[in-house]
Amino acid sequence: MAADNSEIRYLTPIAIETKKDKYCRFKKMGITYIDYKDEDFLMRFVNEQGKILPRRLTGTSLKYQRKVGQAIKRSRHLALMPYVADMLK
Amino acid sequence: MANSQQRTNALPPEEGLLEPWRRTFHGLVFRRIFLPSRPKSTERHMTNRYETVFILTPVLSEDQTKEAVKKFKDLLMAGSGKVHHEESWGMRKLAYPIQKKSTGFYHLIEFESEPELVAKLETEYRRDERIIRFLTIVMDKHHVAFAEKRRTKRSAKKETVEPSNA
Repeated sequence: MAADNSEIRYLTPIAIETKKDKYCRFKKMGITYIDYKDEDFLMRFVNEQGKILPRRLTGTSLKYQRKVGQAIKRSRHLALMPYVADMLK
Repeated sequence: MANSQQRTNALPPEEGLLEPWRRTFHGLVFRRIFLPSRPKSTERHMTNRYETVFILTPVLSEDQTKEAVKKFKDLLMAGSGKVHHEESWGMRKLAYPIQKKSTGFYHLIEFESEPELVAKLETEYRRDERIIRFLTIVMDKHHVAFAEKRRTKRSAKKETVEPSNA
């Protein structure tokens, strides 16, 4: 009995946040060109205010982050994506 | 001197000509002079692949938009350009208003030309008040490959759609 009390037992194991390995999706998928015309795809790299997400969140490599940034800026110029937004997602 | 003259003549012009420059203790010092290089052959033009997208005002009628598109296409054709591909996205909603308009008629042209033509095209865009926005970019090799892939995909899609409609 005494041994049981010292240990806390859970019915379901509590979710411990494990570090998920980030990876660059462009490197993994072998994508070499990021299209500025495909605004649905570029929406993944943007937060709900329309700001470009940092590399540390998306895991994109520097080479492709530059391309993502350029593509987003181009599509903003062509009014495919907003410069500023609210509740985009 | 006669010897040095011979030497200078023997050198190809790209490497420059040796010219007696200074008389020193060790003897003559030669200096390499570069004459203006041979004029580059004017027949060979440098061409690039470009992709241009422009947005027309929604106030135009269908014929007027067609005419505007034709104007720019003709401009490209006339100026030694080669139109590879053309795409009309039709009327689309803009992500933000431009010139107080919330929709626009998008048109994409992929072409190959000399860089001078792009400047001409863009001044023409600026002069034309039917155009509310434009973008012209040089295509690198990845972009060209991507565009071709996209085109084949699109045409394949169309083919599959058409029989189902018929």
